[in-house]
Amino acid sequence: MLKHLRPAFSLVILMTLITGVAYPFAMTGVAKVAAPAKADGSLIARDGQIVGSALIGQNFASDRYFWPRPSATSPNPYDPTASGGSNLGPTAAKLKDRVAGDVDKLKKTGVATPIPADAVTASGSGLDPDITPQNALMQVGRVAQARGLDVGKVADLVNAHIEKRLLGFIGEPHVNVLSLNMALDALKS
Amino acid sequence: MTLIGWLQIGFLLALVLAAIKPLGLYMAKVFSGEKTFLTPVLKPLEIGIYRLSGIDRDREQGWLGYTLAMLAFSVAGFVVLYAIMRLQAYLPVNPQGFAAVPSDLAFNTASSFVTNTNWQNYSGEAVMSNFTQMAGLAVQNFLSAATGMALAIAVTRAFVRSKAETVGNFWVDTTRATLYVLLPLAIIVAIAFIFLGLPQTMDGSVTATTLEGAKQVITLGPVASQEAIKQLGTNGGGFFNANAAHPFENPNAIANYLNIFAMLSISAAMVYMFGQMTGNRKQGWVLISAIAVLLIAGIGITYWAETAGNPILTSLGLDPSMGNMEGKEVRFGQAMSTLYTAVTTGLSDGGVNSMIGSYTGLGGLVPMFLIHLGEVLPGGVGSGLYGLVVFAVLSVFVAGLMVGRTPEFLGKKIESREMKFAMLAVLILPLAILDFSAVSAMLPTAVAAIGTPGPHGLSEILYAYTSAAGNNGSAMAGLSGNTVWYNTTLGISMLIGRFGYVVPVMAIAGSLAAKQKIPSSKGTFPTDTPLFAGLLIGIILILGGLQFFPSLALGPIVEHFAMMSGQTF
Repeated sequence: MLKHLRPAFSLVILMTLITGVAYPFAMTGVAKVAAPAKADGSLIARDGQIVGSALIGQNFASDRYFWPRPSATSPNPYDPTASGGSNLGPTAAKLKDRVAGDVDKLKKTGVATPIPADAVTASGSGLDPDITPQNALMQVGRVAQARGLDVGKVADLVNAHIEKRLLGFIGEPHVNVLSLNMALDALKS
Repeated sequence: MTLIGWLQIGFLLALVLAAIKPLGLYMAKVFSGEKTFLTPVLKPLEIGIYRLSGIDRDREQGWLGYTLAMLAFSVAGFVVLYAIMRLQAYLPVNPQGFAAVPSDLAFNTASSFVTNTNWQNYSGEAVMSNFTQMAGLAVQNFLSAATGMALAIAVTRAFVRSKAETVGNFWVDTTRATLYVLLPLAIIVAIAFIFLGLPQTMDGSVTATTLEGAKQVITLGPVASQEAIKQLGTNGGGFFNANAAHPFENPNAIANYLNIFAMLSISAAMVYMFGQMTGNRKQGWVLISAIAVLLIAGIGITYWAETAGNPILTSLGLDPSMGNMEGKEVRFGQAMSTLYTAVTTGLSDGGVNSMIGSYTGLGGLVPMFLIHLGEVLPGGVGSGLYGLVVFAVLSVFVAGLMVGRTPEFLGKKIESREMKFAMLAVLILPLAILDFSAVSAMLPTAVAAIGTPGPHGLSEILYAYTSAAGNNGSAMAGLSGNTVWYNTTLGISMLIGRFGYVVPVMAIAGSLAAKQKIPSSKGTFPTDTPLFAGLLIGIILILGGLQFFPSLALGPIVEHFAMMSGQTF
């Protein structure tokens, strides 16, 4: 065993230099040249201020905005420094109570059941940037009323923001909440 | 289940199938020391490494020497990784200024990464500096995978050679696996990931002001480079706590495809390589088809269980047509989430793009059962192949007993010494899983860590030790595993699951290599036939799975019936 220690430690250290230093720095260099905006986190700026990332969901609580899915990040929802899901099992009383509360909250906004599942379930990351088209369309009435906009106009905006399946079968149709809400703000001005 | 869902699943499996042969042939060349198109570039680097490390590349090792070298390499990897975690506050590239990782968590994490488990009791974005991630964790993503590949090559050579005293040179096999297979593929996949939107920067985080005026700290880092090797090496330890559910690790459907493709292709191709190197390609395809049957069954059952949804939530007024969405991302939906889950546990990857702890009873049973089968579908890079060979050896022995023929596999007689070691290896898993689970289920501090009480709580504990001993790394993460008890015992399970398994397997390799390769005769039970594939499936299910069935009945199966009757805990 002892005679193996020199090759063992030297190999670990040399491989650290190759795969742990040279490789990630080289990839960072490639990224800086080839796709700098993506490499820096697909950040979105408005009026010179960073408002978020196109890939990361953020919390919206106001009636004037489309709401994202519930987020299990703790203590604040949509906190990228604490990503994760609720990890509650299907028979957890806590899950049932939480969903029942969120269903009631939605019903008060004038929504009829059945409610699209993504609207009251927490995502795995707690940072899901998307909602389903059904969920977005369900919220059109509330948002239009809060903004004093025509329902048809808001629905058109939602439909324009639906990202379809790639090649017609890869992935799921979805609506990016941040991008939809930014378009909503732009609509007003 | 929808047709589009099955199309997504089928198309991905077809892509992997197409990659098996070219990648398998390439690896066969690399490990036979033949020239490849990368040799002119990499040879000088390879030779430089041998020279600096004092490695004589022409000197082969017997099974014991090979195994001791592997153990020394793992010890060195453990020591270096542990030191980096404990000292990260004094090391560079720590933009968030993280303090040292606590000792029990560092022990657990070092065990986890050296054994290719990559269980995450830590939350990457809150504990690990960028330096620790890339120069510590990601290095073991390469090296623990390369170690597994080297061991699989040694086992393969046992069937290639006749009356041989040696099985290869561990240092050479590991270096080649890293330089010729893992690194070039990692570069390609990392660049693809960068274009697909994964961050790749040395910066720590950016603070955004959301539309509603709140501050949002967005954690960044060298994610693309790490994600690439995380998948290719079937490691599974994510840059972030949420793993591949995190939009920065897995931003869209194409990235998800590439994630699954990257984790599945090397392991599947190694089985083909086994056929190629042992001179019987058909044997490789027979093994692959047996694996495929079990894996596709696993995918199908999970997909069905999750699309069926959770009746407890449906009764509250949810539309059941989307299935069980708790813990899943909208951009993946049920098909892409459950495919990932079945593949990650059929392999020893353990990365997740949806939270298995929130799966339905049966949806969560499948990933646990797939790990119980020994992670041979097609398993971790390397570890899957040698696990599969153990099952094949057991199958020929059982077949030999049934029809009264001499058990032989690929021209090597299987005798009592091989059988004893094979059984020893197969019994390691229940030892490491069931004993610790049983103790934890009775220990108050261990039970207090449960997230969801009732049968799901038992599933959480059982899953943790299953994942650790199987070197998988996925979790039913409701369990708060970052305690001294779990950090320590899970760490020990990982070490037993890896090294307690590998040593007897290498003993088999040594014993078979020393035997004369005999030509097949009329008395030989052919192993490259559909009949053998069927037998192998049976042996994997019986020897791998049934040992755990009683514990599954108490956890996920009870949970399923509780869920169907609307009972909560």
